Amino acid sequence: MMMNVMRNLLLSLVLTLPLAVQAAESIHLDKAPINPNNRASLQRGAKIFVNYCLNCHSAAYMRYNRLIEIGLSEEQIKNNLMLAGDKVGNTMTANMAKPDGNAWFGAAPPDLSVEARARGADWLYSYMRGFYKDESRPTGWNNIVFDKVAMPHVLWQLQGVQVLKTESQSEGHSTGATSRLTLQEQGLLSPREYNALVADLVNYMVFMSEPAKRDRLHLGVFVLLFLGLLFVLTYFLKKEFWKDVE
Amino acid sequence: MKAMTNLLNWVDARFPLSANWKAHLSEYYAPKNFNFWYFFGSLALLVLVLQIITGIFLTMHYKPSAEHAFASVEYIMRDVPWGWLIRYMHSTGASMFFVVVYLHMFRALIYGSYRNPRELIWLFGVAIFLCLMGEAFFGYLLPWGQMSYWGAQVIINLFTSIPFIGPDISLWLRGDYMVSDATLNRFFAFHVIALPLVLLGLVVAHLVALHEVGSSNPDGIEIKETKDKETGIPLDGVPFHPYYTVKDLVGVSVFLIVFAAILFYAPEMGGYFLEANNFIPADPLKTPAHIAPVWYFTPYYSILRAVPPIMNSQFPGVAAMGLSVMIFALIPWLDKSPVRSIRYRGHIYKTWLALFVVSFLILGYLGTEVTTVWGQFSGSWAEILDTKDRATWAARLLTIIYFLFFILMPWYTRIDKTKPVPKRLT
Repeated sequence: MMMNVMRNLLLSLVLTLPLAVQAAESIHLDKAPINPNNRASLQRGAKIFVNYCLNCHSAAYMRYNRLIEIGLSEEQIKNNLMLAGDKVGNTMTANMAKPDGNAWFGAAPPDLSVEARARGADWLYSYMRGFYKDESRPTGWNNIVFDKVAMPHVLWQLQGVQVLKTESQSEGHSTGATSRLTLQEQGLLSPREYNALVADLVNYMVFMSEPAKRDRLHLGVFVLLFLGLLFVLTYFLKKEFWKDVE
Repeated sequence: MKAMTNLLNWVDARFPLSANWKAHLSEYYAPKNFNFWYFFGSLALLVLVLQIITGIFLTMHYKPSAEHAFASVEYIMRDVPWGWLIRYMHSTGASMFFVVVYLHMFRALIYGSYRNPRELIWLFGVAIFLCLMGEAFFGYLLPWGQMSYWGAQVIINLFTSIPFIGPDISLWLRGDYMVSDATLNRFFAFHVIALPLVLLGLVVAHLVALHEVGSSNPDGIEIKETKDKETGIPLDGVPFHPYYTVKDLVGVSVFLIVFAAILFYAPEMGGYFLEANNFIPADPLKTPAHIAPVWYFTPYYSILRAVPPIMNSQFPGVAAMGLSVMIFALIPWLDKSPVRSIRYRGHIYKTWLALFVVSFLILGYLGTEVTTVWGQFSGSWAEILDTKDRATWAARLLTIIYFLFFILMPWYTRIDKTKPVPKRLT
């Protein structure tokens, strides 16, 4: 009988909730090869984030000392990632003032604290690898994931310069134009190294978007074990009481 | 032991403690054949308590101002000890409340729990459901994300379409010409005190009415009609305590396992419990491309979108949406079947119920998607229709089925061939 109850409960949950499928994106996104348990990757990502992103963007809900959770010591954070004199309990503020961002880029760079939760890791991974040269844009850059983006390609020296090549093709029944990015000018990093660097950055941004996630996943195991035990106890308690009814 | 008895006597002389304990628990006789579907009443009560307690703790750190609301939620998620747990409990609880309440309502539908003499229980229940929808709607604005903001904007604007008084009503609700700090403040007041007070009162009324007439059961027969001649206790009844308290504990354990699994491993539930867009702070200047309400509102939202504007007015759609919720209140008087439970009903009722459930679910799904989700019709005849979207036409058909389930109920419940109802519980 209890098996029925459990089966029905699960079944009814499945029926009540709409299928958990996201609306299909028209833009193709590459899967971000990230691993939240890879501390070295998270630390590299934090460094890239602080060195490149924080110049314009803030992460105003993220405190520097939360980086202890990815294996950095307070000393390391202070010496390598912060300006002298700042306190380790401070949040990550941008070096650039907001009005400047408005004036220079036409839009204030958004805060990035929870960007990974708003956009998703795959979007970020594709976006940071999706910049291409476009002289029609004020910054000279456009992005295949985010058309007419206000942000210039900050990491261009690392990646090099990509261009968008549109080729018409006809394959079987479908005809149409496909655009693909090609590297026109080699950067300081090979494409492989650059992808790895972006993956580290995205890995860090995912961590930053929910620093409590590790605690959550860890605690969940114990809560579920406890509830499993509670279920067994209550099940036999119920059985004992209902003996005289059935 | 003696001291405890004395204390109890002292209290009983001043307050009906033992009397209430007996009337509502130890000597409240409930039918002994409650099945799976009867867990959801007590579970709804559990989630209500959970929402109130987590809500109180959230209120200690949340700031109801347009400038600080979003940041204060992130503060709770990061800097408040266990804040993330409390917040996820509350956000998961909101969706699970609707899961539980929808299943509870479905139970009432299949076993005819709303039938004479339980119409008032049902009406209080519908009022609780409305109240809950209000709670969810007001609460959803509080994180002050893009979806919060634009969802509220869209819903409040719906009132504008009411003839004559509409614009004034929206202005009065908003407290401003657009959703703003003033709106957030009043929604906070509604969410944390006004509606919870009403909700608690209605829950008490729901339970008092239930305990006055007694619980129904999967057979849809009255256990009070066959009582023990000497004791006057229903032969098919068992005292709620301890029998159903221990049974409900099993239900609670299973429910909490599901709840915890979502809370700890999928708090966003694929974007259905917490929407990705709501991690972007509200921006009155940037309208999101696709605004969808949270999943529990989507069947009604689909109905709203399905009704085409008439004479350039959105009001018919708004009225249909309002009606789609309010019409539940009429069920006790629409159902003319001689039997209560689905166990003794015929194929016609079962077919209509199945059609209704399917419409409700598909409408719910379509409400989360853009109207072009199933593509568009092509060809010249598509131009004749006022929209080319396939999903819109599907929603229209399903909306008609949804309403026909109610409108035709007096007819099909009367002609439906029923089976004989037993005297005692099976």
